[in-house]
Amino acid sequence: MQRFEYHRAADTAAAIALAARAPEPHYLGGGTNLVDLMRENIERPRTIIDVTALSSAIEARPDGGILIGAGAKNTAVAEHRAIRERFPMLARAILAGASAQIRNMATVGGNLLQRTRCYYFYDDAAHCNKRKPGTGCDAVEGFNRIHAILGASPSCVATHPSDMCVALAALDAIVHVEGPGGRRSLPFGAFHRLPGDRPDLETALGPAELITAVELPAGAAGLRSTYRKVRDRASYAFALVSVAAALRIEDGKLAEVRLALGGVAHKPWRAATAEAALRGKPAGADAFRAAAEAELAAARPLSGNAFKIELAKRTIAATLSELAGARP
Amino acid sequence: MRFSINGADHEIDFDIRTSLLDLLREHLQLTGTKKGCDQGACGACTVLVDGERINACLALAVQYQGRAITTIEGLGTPGHLHALQAAFVEHDGFQCGYCTPGQICSAVGMAAEARRGVPSVVTADLAATQIALDHDELRERMSGNLCRCGAHNGIIDAVRQVLAREAA
Ligand SMILES: Cc1cc2nc3c(=O)[nH]c(=O)nc-3n(C[C@H](O)[C@H](O)[C@H](O)COP(=O)(O)OP(=O)(O)OC[C@H]3O[C@@H](n4cnc5c(N)ncnc54)[C@H](O)[C@@H]3O)c2cc1C
Ligand code: FES
Ligand code: FES
Repeated sequence: MQRFEYHRAADTAAAIALAARAPEPHYLGGGTNLVDLMRENIERPRTIIDVTALSSAIEARPDGGILIGAGAKNTAVAEHRAIRERFPMLARAILAGASAQIRNMATVGGNLLQRTRCYYFYDDAAHCNKRKPGTGCDAVEGFNRIHAILGASPSCVATHPSDMCVALAALDAIVHVEGPGGRRSLPFGAFHRLPGDRPDLETALGPAELITAVELPAGAAGLRSTYRKVRDRASYAFALVSVAAALRIEDGKLAEVRLALGGVAHKPWRAATAEAALRGKPAGADAFRAAAEAELAAARPLSGNAFKIELAKRTIAATLSELAGARP
Repeated sequence: MRFSINGADHEIDFDIRTSLLDLLREHLQLTGTKKGCDQGACGACTVLVDGERINACLALAVQYQGRAITTIEGLGTPGHLHALQAAFVEHDGFQCGYCTPGQICSAVGMAAEARRGVPSVVTADLAATQIALDHDELRERMSGNLCRCGAHNGIIDAVRQVLAREAA
């Protein structure tokens, strides 16, 4: 691990001011991703700015929305009563990730910015456009069972590994950030990027910008929702495919549907095509399968991951059926 | 830097890159906490911080100054075993014993989470206030601790017995 200077930020302004002037700065949350990457020499910050003393408050608003401080631990979010009651898909997505120990350490800000689990990104001896722009991508012709089927590019086929972020995408969360230029708010769908020819640029964050909070708008509060994760073992493994889904049925028809996929793309994948296909349709297995087909029509498999296309379709249909069927 | 470990205060200087795991093992000779993978994937390094279980291998020690850290050495001693230690012996909850300190610290943290009503991914009703720790719940909640000897059944039996006694 490269040497670094450690600073514990007392407030947001101090963190940003330091990040704006210190050499090769990096914010530090729980460290569960960054410390690992530093040990592997994939990340080599020279200044570490610990932001875990900044806001970890979770504020449930009377209108149904919730504001989550970026420093909130993943466990704290998943166990929060208002989140479990208003946005069960988010609690379940978080609980589906990592282990209890890691969820006790990991922060919301760090979860959004965790890096891909692509083996070639983690291997300093491999070619990786994300780690070293312009060097190529060994995954395209290599072991790519866990890689992307949607929205990938010839430059990069890595996936975003977060479970929590899949739920945040479906819930239309808002990411509040603050940097040297002031504050702004980003819709969740505009926070992470597709790889294009710059897979090293993963988010819309500018230099020294800090995530301060994630907001759950009231819009999806109280919808019947869940998160289903398919992985190689029953627990403590990243998603091959996952589905965050919410719906509201009126007179047997889908009055509202929200759907996002994990494990399939460089960013949490909002399944807008499937949502559009379902809106106003009668809830039922045929409609769910047809919508899944429509969403996955754009999928492009690699040599080792074609199975994900059918897996995603079935998981979408099963998750929506579960939600629709459980309706009293 | 000041650390509170198993109730004792320590003033220690170390390379800022040191993990909490290496601080415990290499600087304080508290070698009960084990290093398996050193990347968060096995749970052998589980310790308690303010009563919550974490992986010490992913923790930069500098972040944990002034927090109450508990390791296996702080839970029981050969003469005075912690209830979980005794139950692990009784139920064959180990073979080589390498994962055991992490398993036991993890179980202590897990029990506290359950008392708080923290749900797990296999909890059917996330809004429930009371959670029954059946076999599936315990397996899921202990899944952050791998055992290469495959003693999981004994581990779950031991944890179950201690939780049942506490509840009684
Ligand atoms: C063995 C293992 C298994 C895992 N399995 C899963 C899984 O199944 N599902 C899943 O979703 N995740 C999984 N994870 C990943 C885990 O969820 C992330 O490591 C964690 O969420 C990162 O949070 P952190 O606070 O520890 O981030 P850190 O490691 O501290 O930081 C990660 C990144 O975020 C940046 N950062 C942190 N806070 C801020 C902020 N406020 N503003 C701007 N930048 C910030 C840091 O600079 C760094 O680049 C796993 C991790 C491990 C080690
Ligand atoms: S040594 Fe820490 S999780 Fe394996
Ligand atoms: S007893 Fe050997 S690893 Fe668990």
